[in-house]
Amino acid sequence: MIRLARRAAPSRLMLWGAPLVAVALTFVLGAALFAAMGQPPLSALHALFVSPLSDLNGVSELLLKASPLCLIALGLAVGFRSNVWNIGAEGQMYMGAVFATGLAIHFQTRWGAWMLPAMILAGVAGGLAWAAIVAALRAHLHASEILVSLMLTYVAALIVKYLVFGPWQDPAANNFPLTVSFEDNALFSPLMEGIRLNTSLLITLASIPLAWVFMKLSFTGFQLRVAGDAPAAARYAGHSEARAIWIVLLVSGGAAGLAGVTEVAGPIGNLNDRWTPGYGFTAIIVAALGRLHPVGIALAALLMALLYIGGESAQVALQLPKAVSSVFQGLLLMALLACEVLVHFRLQWAPSTRSSRAA
Amino acid sequence: MGSFDPLIASGLAAAIPLVYAALGELVAERAGVLNLGVEGMMLVGALAAFAAVAGGAGLPAALAASILAGAAAAAAFAVLTLTLQASQVAAGLALTILGTGVSAFLGRGYVGFRAPATFDDLPVPGLSGLPVIGPLFSLNVLGYAAIAMLALTAWFLFHTRAGLALRAVGESPAVAHALGLRVTRIRYAATLFGGAMAGVAGCYYAVAQFKMWQEGLTSGNGWIALALVVFAAWRPWRTALGALLFGGVTGFGLYLQATGVHFSPFLLGSLPYLATIAALVAVSASPQLLRRHAPASLGKPFFEGD
Repeated sequence: MIRLARRAAPSRLMLWGAPLVAVALTFVLGAALFAAMGQPPLSALHALFVSPLSDLNGVSELLLKASPLCLIALGLAVGFRSNVWNIGAEGQMYMGAVFATGLAIHFQTRWGAWMLPAMILAGVAGGLAWAAIVAALRAHLHASEILVSLMLTYVAALIVKYLVFGPWQDPAANNFPLTVSFEDNALFSPLMEGIRLNTSLLITLASIPLAWVFMKLSFTGFQLRVAGDAPAAARYAGHSEARAIWIVLLVSGGAAGLAGVTEVAGPIGNLNDRWTPGYGFTAIIVAALGRLHPVGIALAALLMALLYIGGESAQVALQLPKAVSSVFQGLLLMALLACEVLVHFRLQWAPSTRSSRAA
Repeated sequence: MGSFDPLIASGLAAAIPLVYAALGELVAERAGVLNLGVEGMMLVGALAAFAAVAGGAGLPAALAASILAGAAAAAAFAVLTLTLQASQVAAGLALTILGTGVSAFLGRGYVGFRAPATFDDLPVPGLSGLPVIGPLFSLNVLGYAAIAMLALTAWFLFHTRAGLALRAVGESPAVAHALGLRVTRIRYAATLFGGAMAGVAGCYYAVAQFKMWQEGLTSGNGWIALALVVFAAWRPWRTALGALLFGGVTGFGLYLQATGVHFSPFLLGSLPYLATIAALVAVSASPQLLRRHAPASLGKPFFEGD
C-alpha cells in the first residue's frame, strides 16, 4: 500500500519536474484515447503535433496562437500568486476587442497612422474597465471574484453578439454576424511576406521580461507575493488587501484586453461572434503549467498553442472533432494537479494499513 | 390560465435544474469541499442522458446514466483534492474545462438531433388549472422530485446523525477527525453526491427542457448554481427561493421576447448573469455575516496522514 508523507520542505526538483511529468502523462493518456477510438496512436500524435510544424507557416501559426495565451497568462500569474482568482480573462479580452473595434470601424478612414496605437490603448482600457467591475465588487463589497468575473464573461460574450448582429454589423455582409474589415492602418503588419505572424508578437516578447521585473524586483510585486504566501504576515505588515486586489485585477484585465486587440487587429481583421478559441480560459492552464514564472509561461503557451494547432489538424487529417484540443487541455491540467502532490508529499511504501476503527 | 402563468411556468422550468445543482454543491460545501466544476459535471451528465435516450434506452436509464456520469466526474475531482491534496479551486476549474471538452468531443455526433424520449409534464388533475400556483402542479417527474430532494436534503443535514457528522467535517475537520469521524471518506461521499446531483441537472436540460444536445448546453448555469449556494447562505430551502428568483429573471426575459417587446434578445439574455452578480453583492456586502454562514473549512484541504 502506497501512502503519502508530508515533506519537511517543498521539493524544488518536483516543482519543475511536475509539469514535465504531467505533459508526458497527458500524451500517454492521449495516445490511449486515440487507440480506444481505433486510430494508431503514434501516427495520430505525429499528425497532430509534429507535421503541422514542418514549415515556416506552421511555426508562424504556432507563435500566432502562443502570443495572446502568453500575454494573458502573464497577467493572470500576478493574481494567482496573490490568491486572487480572476477567471474572467476571456470576458476582459472580449471587451478589449470591443473597445478597439469601436474605434477602428468609426475612425479608420480618418486617423491614419494613429489608428493602431489608439486601438491598443482602447483595448487595454476595455480590459481594465471590465476587470475594474470585478475589483470594485471584490475589494469593497466582498463578492467572490471567481463568480463575478465569470458571470461578466458571459455578459461580455452577449455584448459582442449584440453588436455584431446589430449596430456594428457590416451591411455588406449578407447578414453574417461580423463588422466591416479593418483597413491596413488598423492592423498589425505581418513580420514577413506570406505569413500571418505579425508585429504584435513584439509586445508579447517585451512583456515577458517586464512581468519578471514587476514580480521579482518591484516592491508591489513583493507585496503581492507575500499576500499570497502569507496573508496574515501581509496584514500585519500593513499591506492593503483592497489595493492588492485592484492591482491584480487591473494588470490581468489590461493584459487580456491587449490580447483582444492583437487578435482582432491581427489574424481576425474584424469583430465577429466566434473569433476566439477560448484563449482567456486556456491562459489559466498556461499560468499554472508555467509555474507562474514568465519563462515557464512562455514555454507553456507554446505547448498550448501546439494543442490548438493539433486540434485543427485533427479535424482535417483524422476527421476528429476540434474539441480534441480542449480534452487534451483538461487532461493536462488534471495531470498537472495530480503530479503536484509530489512537490509537498513523498510517496511511502507502507506494508499494511492500520485500521483506524476502534476495536 | 392567468396571463402571467407562462411567465411562472418558464421561471419554474429554469429553476428546477438550478435546484438540483445547487443542492448537490451545498452538501459538498457543507462538508468543506468547494467544487467549482459544477458546469463540467452538468455537461457530462447532460451528454450521458442524451446519449442514453438516443441509444434507445428509456428515461430511467437516462437518469441513471447522468447520475453515474456526474458522480464519475466528481470522483476525478475528489481523487485530486481529497487524496492528492490538490487546490480545490484549480481542480474545480480543471474539471469544468475537461467536462466541457469531453462532452463537446463525444457529443459531436448528437448535435442537431431531437431527443427521442423526453420527460413530459404531468399535470395534477384539478390543481394544475389554479391561477398563479397552477404551474407548480404541472411539472415533469424531475420537477416533482426536485421538491422531494429539497425536503430530503434539509432533513438529512439538520435532523440526522450522518448530517451532523457531515457538517462537523465542514466546520472543523481536525476536531471531527479527533472524534473518530472519517473526514476524507465523508468528504468523498459529499463530493460524489454533488456530482450526481449536477448530473441530474444536466439530464434535465438535455432530456426535459431543451430536448436536444448542443455544445455548452448549460450556458453557465453551473456557475449560477455555485452563486446560489452563497446566496442561500448554505441552507437548502433558501436555494429553492434563490433558484425561483433566478428562474423568474430568465423567464421574464423569455416572456418579454414572446410578447414582442422590441429589445435585443442578447441583452435580455444577460439578465440572469447580471442578477447573479447583484445577488452575490447583496449577500456578500457584510463579510461578517457571510463568514458566519459559510462552512469554516470551506475550500481548505485536510490531510489525515499528519
